[in-house]
Amino acid sequence: MTAITPQAAEPILELDGLGVQFGGVVALRDITYQVPGGIIQSIIGPNGAGKTTLFNCISGLLAPGTGSIRFRRQRIAGWAPHRIAALGLSRTFQQVALFAHMSVLENVMVGRHPRSRSGFLATGLRLPGMRREERELRERARSILDFVGLGDLAAAAAGTLPLGQQKILEIARALATEPRLLLLDEPAGGLNTRETEQLGELIQRIRGRDTTVILVEHDMNLVMDISDRILVLYFGHPLASGTPSAIKDNPEVIQAYLGDDWAESSAASYTSLDNHPGR
Amino acid sequence: MPVTDRRILLVLALVLAAFPWGVRAVGAVSHYLDVMVFAGIFCIVNLGLSLLMGFAGQISLAQAAFFGIGAYSSGILTVQFAWNPWAAMPMGMVLAGLVAWLVGVPALRLKGHYLAMATLGFGVIVHIVFNEEVRWTGGPSGLVDIPGLSVAGTPLRGEIAWYYLVWGTVLVALVFCLNLLHSRVGRALRAIHQEEKAAEAMGIPTARYKVQVFVLSAALAALGGSFYTHYVAFLNPGSFDLMWSIRFMLMVMVGGMQSLWGAVLGTVLMTFVGNEWLQVFADYEVLVYGSILLGMALFLPDGLVSLKSIPVRGWLRTPRSSTEGTQR
Ligand SMILES: Nc1ncnc2c1ncn2[C@@H]1O[C@H](COP(=O)(O)OP(=O)(O)OP(=O)(O)O)[C@@H](O)[C@H]1O
Ligand SMILES: [Mg+2]
Repeated sequence: MTAITPQAAEPILELDGLGVQFGGVVALRDITYQVPGGIIQSIIGPNGAGKTTLFNCISGLLAPGTGSIRFRRQRIAGWAPHRIAALGLSRTFQQVALFAHMSVLENVMVGRHPRSRSGFLATGLRLPGMRREERELRERARSILDFVGLGDLAAAAAGTLPLGQQKILEIARALATEPRLLLLDEPAGGLNTRETEQLGELIQRIRGRDTTVILVEHDMNLVMDISDRILVLYFGHPLASGTPSAIKDNPEVIQAYLGDDWAESSAASYTSLDNHPGR
Repeated sequence: MPVTDRRILLVLALVLAAFPWGVRAVGAVSHYLDVMVFAGIFCIVNLGLSLLMGFAGQISLAQAAFFGIGAYSSGILTVQFAWNPWAAMPMGMVLAGLVAWLVGVPALRLKGHYLAMATLGFGVIVHIVFNEEVRWTGGPSGLVDIPGLSVAGTPLRGEIAWYYLVWGTVLVALVFCLNLLHSRVGRALRAIHQEEKAAEAMGIPTARYKVQVFVLSAALAALGGSFYTHYVAFLNPGSFDLMWSIRFMLMVMVGGMQSLWGAVLGTVLMTFVGNEWLQVFADYEVLVYGSILLGMALFLPDGLVSLKSIPVRGWLRTPRSSTEGTQR
């Protein structure tokens, strides 16, 4: 097979021969790919292509069956998720996974966990160092909420927000961990056009803060607008990779989009791919 | 700690301070104070259990065993080795914490309800040890002549002194637990309970936190056990069996698992119920407890603290500006 590897500076993430199987289902097969630091990398593919499974492997929620994952030069396959988070990787979830009964601010403060340290004794006894840290946590969380535009909602319970804001809050919580690499799993799902535009801006501002972003998304307008590179997954394997314009014109990708195996929602996506203003 | 909790704490402290004067008017002072001493001792145990069940989402069926480890540590060290009771007390807590760590590490590394199973077995083993190690524990006939406590050289005599000592300790433990909950650690625990995989992905070592809460709950149970030992001055294994672990759980659940106030309320209520009225059911006690548990699960799953009609609630409600979510 041909490894589809962008030639760029220092790779922040290196996948080598990655494979995952669920019983008889091959979810990921022999993925070799490198993501250079500092870019917005999109991953697209039909439903069930293995995009979420790939995120679960990278973030440590799932141990890959075969292959290796290197993040910031460390071999992280098999590490517990909290260790990978401490190394500077964070993510959002396709199915919103907020702490629904905590406030918006507290959700973001939880995200600061790997960047703070007070333990049971320090917090139970309210030692001075802990109070200072708590103040810092609160201020940092507030500034992150301002950054994503949820500053006014700090006191609301996370579970009461509309879906669009919950998706943004997931990003804020992930940013609080100070990631070098941020994985976004369908952040535009359930957002209207205006919200999606704002999301695109937000993602670009995040990249501007020296954070590499990997975006899994079905909204082709968003993907084509903001991505530096796109990887197409098809039945758990890379089908093509390249710049947005190269992907749009790739005959294999077009064939895949038109093929019978492509799920309904993606057929709709093809239309938007076709109608993309850049075309 | 949010304003709401501070107010409740203040009210609670005042009510507790005034309680002995109140019962004096009713008569039968020493009896009610005696029940309250036991309720306070159980509160110390149940604050830890509430953190474990309500905030870390884990079930332990060995709290009576940890209570017993504290009780027997104090009993054996003071009777057989003539230790000062105040020195024996932290020893019991450390021992219980250590044992909890040994049981908790393998059980909590696995996802699911392995802790319930592991503690069920562990509790039974501890109970057998209390019964069989006659040389140390006195076995079924018990450990006797346990010395009382002295404060600043003066021996504690009478229920009223014990009442203030035990409830003072409850308040200190309560402040500790409340501080914990409204901090980085407490947020982590609530996060684990609400959305475990997201908590992990945000950098929280979930297994380690569960073990730590379990260790804390065991140490608090042991502290309660030490007070119990010196108060009743006599130990027998019957007070530390599985039934007692279930009673502790029930107390927490009646008050409301996801609130430390619920744990206190439920413990006081169920201690009175158990002491005053349930005696008549004798052998049917298990049945009564089972029915209460079932009734709670069906009609009031969040415990008594979830009742909204209490008039003081408006005053206690968190001001708008607060940024802490509902406790869950
Ligand atoms: N925990 C699991 N157990 C068994 N099979 C799974 C599991 N998770 C995913 N799969 C299977 O693996 C394949 C890839 O699923 P995955 O969720 O990664 O796809 P996806 O690309 O994220 O799809 P979508 O666009 O719908 O989110 C699918 O066939 C799915 O059914
Ligand atoms: Mg998916």
